[in-house]
Amino acid sequence: MPIKEIVNHPHSHWMDAEGEESDIVISSRVRVARNLAGIPFPHLLKKEKSNEVIHALRLAIQNEEAAELLGNLELCALSELTPLERQILVDKHLISPEFLNNYEAKAVVLRDDEVVSIMVNEEDHLRIQCLLPGLCLKEAWNIIDKIDDGLEKTLDYAFSEKLGYLTSCPTNVGTGMRASVMLHLPGLKLTKQLYGVLNAIGKLGLTVRGLYGEGSEALGDLYQISNQITLGQSEEDITNNLISSTLQILNQEKAARQALYQNRQEIIEDRVHRAYGTLKYARILTLEETMRLISDLRLGVALNIISGIGIRLLNELMVKIRPAFLKKISGQEMTPPQRQVYRAGLIRKELEAVPQ
Amino acid sequence: MLCDHCGQRQATVHLTEITNGHKTESHLCQVCASEIQAQGFGFAPQLNLHHFMAGLLNHELGGANYGQQQADGEKCARCGMAEGQIMKQGLLGCGDCYPYFEEKMQPLLRRIHGNTRHTGKVPGRTGGRARTVKEIENLKNRLREAVGREEFERAAQFRDAIRQLEKTLEEGGEA
Repeated sequence: MPIKEIVNHPHSHWMDAEGEESDIVISSRVRVARNLAGIPFPHLLKKEKSNEVIHALRLAIQNEEAAELLGNLELCALSELTPLERQILVDKHLISPEFLNNYEAKAVVLRDDEVVSIMVNEEDHLRIQCLLPGLCLKEAWNIIDKIDDGLEKTLDYAFSEKLGYLTSCPTNVGTGMRASVMLHLPGLKLTKQLYGVLNAIGKLGLTVRGLYGEGSEALGDLYQISNQITLGQSEEDITNNLISSTLQILNQEKAARQALYQNRQEIIEDRVHRAYGTLKYARILTLEETMRLISDLRLGVALNIISGIGIRLLNELMVKIRPAFLKKISGQEMTPPQRQVYRAGLIRKELEAVPQ
Repeated sequence: MLCDHCGQRQATVHLTEITNGHKTESHLCQVCASEIQAQGFGFAPQLNLHHFMAGLLNHELGGANYGQQQADGEKCARCGMAEGQIMKQGLLGCGDCYPYFEEKMQPLLRRIHGNTRHTGKVPGRTGGRARTVKEIENLKNRLREAVGREEFERAAQFRDAIRQLEKTLEEGGEA
C-alpha cells in the first residue's frame, strides 16, 4: 500500500493478533540506529545536508542489487504529508512522536506491508524499525538484519571495530539496537504486583515505558519493555534476554489472571461486562476512559468471558479512537467535547457490527 | 521507608519544602511522586534523558559547571563539535567524535553499558577487518568445541581456516 493510502487505513499488520501469546504480547518491535560515515549526525546538519542523507537513502532503496533483501520500500518526505497524516503514522506506531519536530528535513520510508519503517534524520541518520504482532522478536531482528544488509549495498555506515555502530547518543552505540515488546498487564495491576515486577525488570537491564515511548503514560494497562544496553551484547543476546524476561512476565500475568478469576470471578465478570456495556451504549467517551474500558474488555476476551469480539478489533480501535483518526474519518475539525461524542458513536457502530 | 502517599511502595523520592520558614518533609515512591508532579506541583523536574546524559558527561569531564567554563573546549576535528556542546546536549556530533573524545567517553560508556567493546553485527563493507576478526573468534570457539568432542579431523579444518584468515589479516587484506 502506498504511504498516502496507509494513512487512510487504521489497520496495520501488528494489530493482527496472530503471533505467539498475542492476547498479552500485543506487538514486538526491533529498531536499529545507523549513521552514514563521514557525515555529522542530524542535529548538526543544515537542511541542504539533511537532504543529501535523504537522497542517499533514496538511492539505496532503489538499488536493484538489493531489491530482494529490501522488498517494496517507498520513501516520502515528511513535508509531503499533512500534519494529520504525520500524526496518524505516529498513532499507528510507524514513527516516533519526537520525529514530528522539525519535520522539514526528515523523511520516512515504509514497506508496503507496514512491517518495516525507516525514519530518516531522526536522532540518527537512519532508524530502521520492524513491527510484528505477538511475541516475534527473533523474526523482527531477522527482517531488520536483511534490510540493513540491503541498504549497506549502497551506504557506508559509521562503524568502529571497537564500539560498533556509532550513534548520536552514546546510549545507543554498539548494536544501535532497541528491541521492545508491548504488553497488556491488567492482571498484575489489579493484583498490585505490577510495580514489583517492573522493578525487577530494571535490575535486568530492561526498561519500561508507556504506550507511545519515552515519557508517555501507560494508557490501557499497556507497557513497553525494552533493552537498555546496546554495547557488549550481540543482537541475539539482546533479543534472547528480552524474550526470556517477557516469558517470565507473561507467566506472572497469566497466574495473576487465573488467581483473579478463581477468587474474584463475579468481580472480574462484572468489570468486563460493565466495560462492554459502557462501550456499547455510552454517548460521551474520553480517550482515557475508552482505553481503560478497552483494557477491561481485552481481559474479558482473553478469559473467554466475552465471545465474538476479536483482539484484532480491539487493537484497531485503539488507533481509530485517537484524535487524529477521528478527524480523518469525520473529515472535520472537532472540539474535545464534540470529539468525545463522535468517539462514542464510532465505538457503538463498531460493536453493533459484532455478531452476538 | 514506605511512601507517605500510598503507604505501599518504598519511598525513593525525598522532598523537603520550606514555605514561610516552615519546613515540611515528604517521602514518596517513584509512582506517587510522578503522579503528584503530573498534578502540577512541579517539584522534581522530569527526567530528560539528554540532560541526564549531559550531566554524566559533565561529571566525567571535570565536575560541576565545567561545561560552562569550557563552552568551547576541545573541538572534534571533523565536525567541530566542542566538549562543552556535547556536555550540554548529551549528543555527539559525528562518528569521529568517538575516537576523538575516546578517553573521556570510555568511563561513560562503561557506566551506561557496563562494557566498552562491541560484540554484535559487523557491517559487510565498512567493517571488513572487524568481520574477519570476528570470524576468527568464531572459528576458535568451534575449534575448541571440536577438540572437546574429540573430532580431530574437523578441528584440523577449523585450524586451517583460522590460519588462512590470520594470514589475510597480516597482509592487511579484508579476506
